[in-house]
Amino acid sequence: MPGDLDTVSSPQRESRSVETKRMNTPGRNGNRKTQILVLLVIITNVLGNVFLSHGMHEVGRLVSASPLDYLHAFANPWNMLGICVLVIWMLSDLALLSRADLSFVLPVTASAYVLVALLGHFLLHDHISWARWSGIVLITLGVILAEETPARTTTGPPEHLL
Amino acid sequence: MRWFLVGIIAICNTLGDVLNTAGMKRQGEVEDLSPWSFLNMVRKIFRNYLVLAGFGAWAVSFFALLSLLSITTVSFAVPATAVSYLLETLLAKYILGEDVRWRRWAAATLVAFGVVLLSF
Repeated sequence: MPGDLDTVSSPQRESRSVETKRMNTPGRNGNRKTQILVLLVIITNVLGNVFLSHGMHEVGRLVSASPLDYLHAFANPWNMLGICVLVIWMLSDLALLSRADLSFVLPVTASAYVLVALLGHFLLHDHISWARWSGIVLITLGVILAEETPARTTTGPPEHLL
Repeated sequence: MRWFLVGIIAICNTLGDVLNTAGMKRQGEVEDLSPWSFLNMVRKIFRNYLVLAGFGAWAVSFFALLSLLSITTVSFAVPATAVSYLLETLLAKYILGEDVRWRRWAAATLVAFGVVLLSF
């Protein structure tokens, strides 16, 4: 595989390893931008869903065949805010995917689940069962492990898909 | 029918993420975090068939989720999310050519199990 360092010859491995280090040296400006995008993706994901959830609770149960009812729901200010924030989430997620590996982005941005659960617990006093606390711990461990890997291990786009 | 929809959600969500990643890598890194840079990215996306196909897959996944929610509860969609984490990591390694070693496998597995536990 193109990205599997175990299968490439020694000089290639060395140059790729140097390239990986060059792109992901901690503290470099590029790496900081990737981290800022990660934070933006997590925060907009959490806020967008919280706003949308609040808005849909205000609108009430919505099961309708009429598009007008859905348009009415979108007119709710909380829903509008939620949709705007989720548009920013989608754009920042795409920008992040242009800079980092999918296998890095997925576990790292899963911290949004943890944030939602903790915000619900500390702000809304939601009960968190032992199973849910275990889930929070497992996801946090997964995020920490993924954060220890370089954000990007490829040097270009996957040629065979283009 | 329920499990068929769960399968559609997992597959289309995975396909969408993989296509979007490939498309965004082809488009090139977003260097600058300014609004202009983001607008430029959006302009390029309209000519990026991989990202457009990714959006299509996401849309199918979204409507399958809506159909699933209309016949069952939201917790039924959780296995689809959990499976997506592992499936996407697999495709990231073998299709996108990412260097996935034990840390990333462990991270994806921990997150997948964590997501399932959070739904209790």
